[in-house]
Amino acid sequence: MADYKLLGKNYQLPDLYAKVTGRSKYAEDHRAEGMVFAKLLVSPMPHARVVSIDTSAAERLPGVEGILLPSDLPEEAEAPNESALTMEPKYEGEPILAVAAVTEQIAADAIELINIQFEPLPFVLDPLDSLKPGGPNGRLDGNTSLGRELGEIKWTEADMAGLSPGEIPMDGATAAEWAYGDLEAGFADADVIIEEHSYNQSTSHQPLESRTTMAYWEGGKLYIYPSVQSTARSVGPMARWAGIEPSNVVLINEFTGGGFGGKISGYVHAQIPILLSKNIGKPVMMRISRREENAIGRARPGVQARIKLGMRSDGKITALDIHCVGDQGPYGRSGDAMNVAGIGSLCYQPDAVRTRGTNVFTNTPPRGPQRGPGGVQSMTMLEPMIQRAAKQLGLDQVDVRRLNAPEGQAKFGAPGRDGEQGHVSSAFAKEAIDKGAELFNWTERKAISGRRNGSKVTGIGTCLSAYAAGASGVDGLFVIRPDGRMYIQSGIGNLGTGSTFDMMRAAAEGMDMPWEKCEVAWGNSALHLPWSCSQGGSSTTHAHTRANWAAVEDATRKMKAIAAQDLGGSADSYEVSGERVHRRGNRSQGLSFAQVAQRAVDLGGEFDGHELPEDINGMTTASATALAGQGLMGVAKDNYEEGGRRMSFAAGFAEVEVDIETGDIKVKDYAVGSDAGTIMHPKTYSAQLFGGAIQGFSVALSSKWVYDRRWGLLVAKRFYNNRPPGILDVPHEQPMKWGNADLPDPFNPLGAKGIGEAAQGAGSGAVVNAIADALDSLGDGFGDFYRSPVTRDMILTMLEQAPTGHDRLMAHV
Amino acid sequence: MAVIRDVIPQLELFQPGTADDALALLSEHGSDAWVFAGGLDTLDWFKDRVKRPKVVVDLGGIDSLREIRTTADGIEIGAMARLIDVVNNADIKAQFPALAFAAKSAASPQIRNVGTIGGNIGQDTRCWYYRDGWTCYRAGGNICYASPPTAMNREHCILGASRCVAVNPSDTAPVLVALEAEMVIRRGSSERVIPADEFFVGPEIDIERMTALEPGDLLMSIRIPSKWAGARVYFEKVRDRDSWDFPIVNVATAIKETGGSIEDVRVVVNGVAPTPVRLTAVESAIIGESLNEQTAEQAGNVSIQGVAPLTHNGFKVNLMKNLVKRSIRDEPMNA
Repeated sequence: MADYKLLGKNYQLPDLYAKVTGRSKYAEDHRAEGMVFAKLLVSPMPHARVVSIDTSAAERLPGVEGILLPSDLPEEAEAPNESALTMEPKYEGEPILAVAAVTEQIAADAIELINIQFEPLPFVLDPLDSLKPGGPNGRLDGNTSLGRELGEIKWTEADMAGLSPGEIPMDGATAAEWAYGDLEAGFADADVIIEEHSYNQSTSHQPLESRTTMAYWEGGKLYIYPSVQSTARSVGPMARWAGIEPSNVVLINEFTGGGFGGKISGYVHAQIPILLSKNIGKPVMMRISRREENAIGRARPGVQARIKLGMRSDGKITALDIHCVGDQGPYGRSGDAMNVAGIGSLCYQPDAVRTRGTNVFTNTPPRGPQRGPGGVQSMTMLEPMIQRAAKQLGLDQVDVRRLNAPEGQAKFGAPGRDGEQGHVSSAFAKEAIDKGAELFNWTERKAISGRRNGSKVTGIGTCLSAYAAGASGVDGLFVIRPDGRMYIQSGIGNLGTGSTFDMMRAAAEGMDMPWEKCEVAWGNSALHLPWSCSQGGSSTTHAHTRANWAAVEDATRKMKAIAAQDLGGSADSYEVSGERVHRRGNRSQGLSFAQVAQRAVDLGGEFDGHELPEDINGMTTASATALAGQGLMGVAKDNYEEGGRRMSFAAGFAEVEVDIETGDIKVKDYAVGSDAGTIMHPKTYSAQLFGGAIQGFSVALSSKWVYDRRWGLLVAKRFYNNRPPGILDVPHEQPMKWGNADLPDPFNPLGAKGIGEAAQGAGSGAVVNAIADALDSLGDGFGDFYRSPVTRDMILTMLEQAPTGHDRLMAHV
Repeated sequence: MAVIRDVIPQLELFQPGTADDALALLSEHGSDAWVFAGGLDTLDWFKDRVKRPKVVVDLGGIDSLREIRTTADGIEIGAMARLIDVVNNADIKAQFPALAFAAKSAASPQIRNVGTIGGNIGQDTRCWYYRDGWTCYRAGGNICYASPPTAMNREHCILGASRCVAVNPSDTAPVLVALEAEMVIRRGSSERVIPADEFFVGPEIDIERMTALEPGDLLMSIRIPSKWAGARVYFEKVRDRDSWDFPIVNVATAIKETGGSIEDVRVVVNGVAPTPVRLTAVESAIIGESLNEQTAEQAGNVSIQGVAPLTHNGFKVNLMKNLVKRSIRDEPMNA
């Protein structure tokens, strides 16, 4: 690993004081002169048509300022996309109209005065119900997307013949399919074939901060204070919903209380305060309650699947065949279900893969990408089958993961149009496994598998997880001013990961600038921020180290040119270090940063940003133009070579204790080895590994929806009965441990990749395997749940061999 | 008219400084009044606009209701003593550690700093249909949404259902029943004292209430007699999350032992029925028996006689059996 001054070192994030002193302003902390409040009237039914709305009594209530109806929206979204308000709500809690009033109480009281009539429409909660012959559709225009069109997939009576409830016909019709290799030969080559049905539940994103939004208009510009993940990338969508140019949007969002993929670049419901404030001429604050966030706040698509996996006697995975059904919610197009095989094909490199699947529209909350979309489902569903096969063959679980793990620029996923699969930029997955196994002390710890202590049984499990780890092609922008300080522009977004600052350290490192002399501008599009990647998909680490490094090279070149011009010699005879540009090996012959910044202003042109590169994004051009003339500008687009799709790896290791009298499962210990190249900031890096793992524990152990099947309504609406884990549910007898392969990605000048996505699957897969390992010790197959979350009812009914009340694939129980 | 489950509606708030003033307000407003203690049960009812009292009487300013004192025969805990005060009280810890342990098992650290013992035993059920404003029997309607085959009832009754299948969610209640506590209730100037097992009311008696408290009543304190002080009292709570969760099942078993055999015993479970349930059949079966694994096993088996699980809560039967068994077999944790 290169010897960096800043990178890989812990430091205090610039926003820390504001956070711990409560001064940080989140969306609902903002106020504006004359601000009023909006409240939503939402659907009480899973699917209905609004027959009539009478708002007259509400309008007469003193303090009511305005009402926004679906008919007030400029246009309805094209199917299957969602609009901010609708006359045909397709899930309980979907907004129908909004009332603005001088207080929230008046707005809520006004909603109770609205006479609204509904005509109930057929609904479907469980995708399998819709695929069965004659099953209902979640939308009037179909139950799935067939390419660009909406249509219908139904299995036939013949498909279903001989199947038990909760089983999927392997060769039943699907909406999509991809494959590589010779599947038949792969299974023929296998010594063990496992074929099972498996279920990964839908889980709400549950960020602590809901998507509250305040908006007002002034001088033709929209000022919007949302709760989004990305700063630069949210401007465009807000402009679209406002019907104006992005240059007329001022987006202020310095702090966001989490997103997990649910708020990547805004959300359609921001259109409600945008339009209401425009209509009534006053700022509108729309606070979103936890209950509303549960409805409109996105969720991970559940996946139901029939999976067949073949393993050779040495542990090599020879074939993987999946028929997956994705729970799509009523809108959009999700890639999660088909990505189960995609990520599986990367982690285990099977000789042959076939995946067939259908995303089914259901009348449950809209889905969106959630941390490792499809990848977490892949780990949670495939890993227990790999563990089972390895056990049957008497193989060590770590050896099997290692044997199958990808190396170098490994291929994976669906073949492209040319028939070729894509590949990764780098994979040091084996090293990640080794690191995790060492931290967990796997070899010796295997002895505690199945250990009994009274009613408690210990199990251990491991899992290799992978996911996307970086974008590219965005811009870096900073100015070194004559005050000798460096002003770095960050358009990433600050949702708590620290990357809006961490990635700016790459620019400081490149310029050899002390961090104390750097100022980061962030969280306000009026501060002239550059075009950035989405703050989602673990994109920013790779993308913005590349972009900032490009800006560093640009600034360095300019400094050398100025030095050569002023002091003589060739530009190449100069170097940059210690806040100076100076002759190689002779610091005294040169200019300080303060001097060269002043010279850049004097010279103008490209040096101070009056001339800009042609290939940067228009947003960066506008920002750089506004900053021009302040000092020496580093500005460039990332044009570095791309060596494939950036993917990072996390190998999770868990020890659990299962109490067979109560069904209690305690995660006693967790360790994770990772491969994400160079680490920018160990503290935030480990926070991703651990936070991701905890979210993985949530999938494995607790988080779920519960729907009443007769009425189609969510009964587990609250935090406590939605059951995301809290800090008391995390191993606390000993600290969780992490390590990194520390091998740089060759296609990033600093070697860096993101890690947040892969971290979650590592947690869920390791824990479900550890539970199965513990219960296997009670009898062969006792640990075969193939359903998440693994709850005490599943364990206790299995031990008593009592009926569970639901089949293996039934959704939302 | 449309429904909105957000924003506490207009109400009249009273913050009396003495119990007498509170009682006068409760008498004056009768069934229009809502007694507000820590607010943990109350506020989501209000915010969801499901319960809409005209008047709220906040007891937070009545210091005398927060006292915990030793009496000639045990300990008296003011109804407004916070759960954290019960957890930390030296006398309670010395004499009735299982009560302190149960209070510590409730909710979360933050909630225990605000929530009261009176609120914990007086709280309403957590049936997710009822709390979401469905017009069920308990809400004055004529149906139970939680019991049909299509309903979701993993956390509902396996015992004692009578039209309603909701369970009592209190962690301290079963301990208080086991310890033969008494509830001191005032109404105007009259006072009545009722045993804990009569304080909790099932749907067969009144389907719209969980306790004997009627409009105008004020729970003043809880008296715990010294009868079970220092006895072997086992409490255990099983919940899905450690962060903040109500019991799936909990158990409180008090045993007096002489020469290795059970001289006196009270076994109480909660989270399985609309009230905490004293398992008298178990008590009769094991009284006089040796305190050993076999007796524990027997207790567990007897405990589940007559259970009637719903579609999704059959696991609670096994769980209750095991918890009752553990409560006799294992040493109390109480830490």
